[in-house]
Amino acid sequence: MRTLSLILLAVPLMAQKHGAGRTPTDQEIRGLGATVAPDGTGLPEGSGTPAEGRALFAARCAKCHGEKAMGDVGPRLVGGQGTLATAQPVKTVGSFWPHATSLWNYINRAMPFNQPGALSHSEVYAAVAYLLEINGIIGPKDTMNARTLPKVRMPNRDGFVPDARPDIKR
Amino acid sequence: MAKTSRRQALRLGAALGSGALAQGEEARLLGTPLGPYGERSRHVTSVRTMRQTRTPEAGSSATPLAETYGIITPSALHYERHHAGIPDIDPATHTLTIHGLVERPLVLTMAELRRLPSVSRIHFLECGGNSGGEWGAKTGPDVQRSYGLASCSEWTGVPLRLLLEEVGLKPKASWLIAEGADACRMQRSVPIVAALDDAMLAYGQNGEPLRPAQGFPLRLLTPGWEGNVQVKWLRRLHVTDQPYMTRDETSKYSDLMPDGKARLFSLPQEAKSVITFPSGGHTLDRPALLELTGLAWSGRGRIERVEITFDGGATWRDARLDEPRFRLAFTRFRLPYRWDAKPAAIASRATDETGYVQPTREQLIAARGANSGYHFNGIKFWRIAAGGQVTNADA
Repeated sequence: MRTLSLILLAVPLMAQKHGAGRTPTDQEIRGLGATVAPDGTGLPEGSGTPAEGRALFAARCAKCHGEKAMGDVGPRLVGGQGTLATAQPVKTVGSFWPHATSLWNYINRAMPFNQPGALSHSEVYAAVAYLLEINGIIGPKDTMNARTLPKVRMPNRDGFVPDARPDIKR
Repeated sequence: MAKTSRRQALRLGAALGSGALAQGEEARLLGTPLGPYGERSRHVTSVRTMRQTRTPEAGSSATPLAETYGIITPSALHYERHHAGIPDIDPATHTLTIHGLVERPLVLTMAELRRLPSVSRIHFLECGGNSGGEWGAKTGPDVQRSYGLASCSEWTGVPLRLLLEEVGLKPKASWLIAEGADACRMQRSVPIVAALDDAMLAYGQNGEPLRPAQGFPLRLLTPGWEGNVQVKWLRRLHVTDQPYMTRDETSKYSDLMPDGKARLFSLPQEAKSVITFPSGGHTLDRPALLELTGLAWSGRGRIERVEITFDGGATWRDARLDEPRFRLAFTRFRLPYRWDAKPAAIASRATDETGYVQPTREQLIAARGANSGYHFNGIKFWRIAAGGQVTNADA
């Protein structure tokens, strides 16, 4: 039975009932842009250092996030570690984000706010490296790339739990 | 305006001839001519409210729930929450690509999607951050500014299940990474679970194509779940074996508990209701028999019961529910109410088909603390003063 269904699935015309659409080429799928899993799957080539990121941040990011990434129009990106269980939690990249890869994925697709998509892959690595460094997560000499970034362990890596609702009984 | 009126008057005069009017009767002007696209009356002025922000492309606007009738929100008043503005997309060139852990990756045009078997269903949509101010002291003065990030439409689209069968999921396929074509390429991870049976790729809203603000030409609709996961301007579904832990599902839309842990993927919007009349900002001008009314909804199914209190929660009476009641949709409730010019504290409490009863704000805070920010569904009280002024009782 299992063999039969596998054979059926292997015949596209029989399995595809409606026949809508066409098969995209690998190039077309790549053309949609990078998308990154927590284990780093999908990270492209390129690399950046905290020092490169510092200059980039001053030029492209500080206007909204503040010179010291303490937040302005855009959110604060630094500090807050140790505050999550207090009455005044400060949620930042350093205190809250569970995966460093998410930071690359987000900056690459959404930042800078007024020009998303304008940064090169290496510039995104540099921005990520700078934010990790000012949060004390990597050292000033650490280079971020597709191999090193997934190995970065964020301070709040174990800070997330599944949805526990419904959590209120009458 | 004056020019039109004069022309209409001349036309009227020519048709009747001068002196044809009965003595003492004013000639009535013709109305405006027919037109290709309707506008609402200039006397109807309901609008969405927006928070002051320096980045208006990344804000939200709230539906005037107290100024809508029935259960359908006019498309032009549907709440908005955007992160990088509303893109201007030509449906002739827009495509959806489904790839990853599938037997047959597909790219589909809008014309191809619209030719597939479709469904039309009425469902609410609510931002996961709706009523977020109610956790703290910043509760809104009226329904719109406290509960207005919720709306309800008839949606038309292709069942998601049909397309997943079309591409053929590989054995390990368990998540969809949905991606929008807006400037920030909004991305959310969507678990492939039983609840997704309600999901569709929607291209229609209230009988017409989606409004640009609602994702034209295509959006993901996962009825009952928080709005953010229902990605607008959908361009890609990447099928994977794990969530991608994107910014908007980890650092945002997660619920921070008092112990410092945050809950992930709190997707269903739990049962909720609010009285829309009388509500904050209204004034009852004299003792009278009124119709109290409001809206209830649940992301876990049908609304089965709505109770009303007039005495701050001491006693409750059942409201009448409009039929038909749809799953995962607004339900309109009504109850005759004789206001006798005495102070009152009124609220509604919804129960859904799972038996879940809408909790109080105090119960929510006892369970989750006051810093979780999202997914507030507590009972909302309005205070009616002896003079008839209705205000937010929690302010």
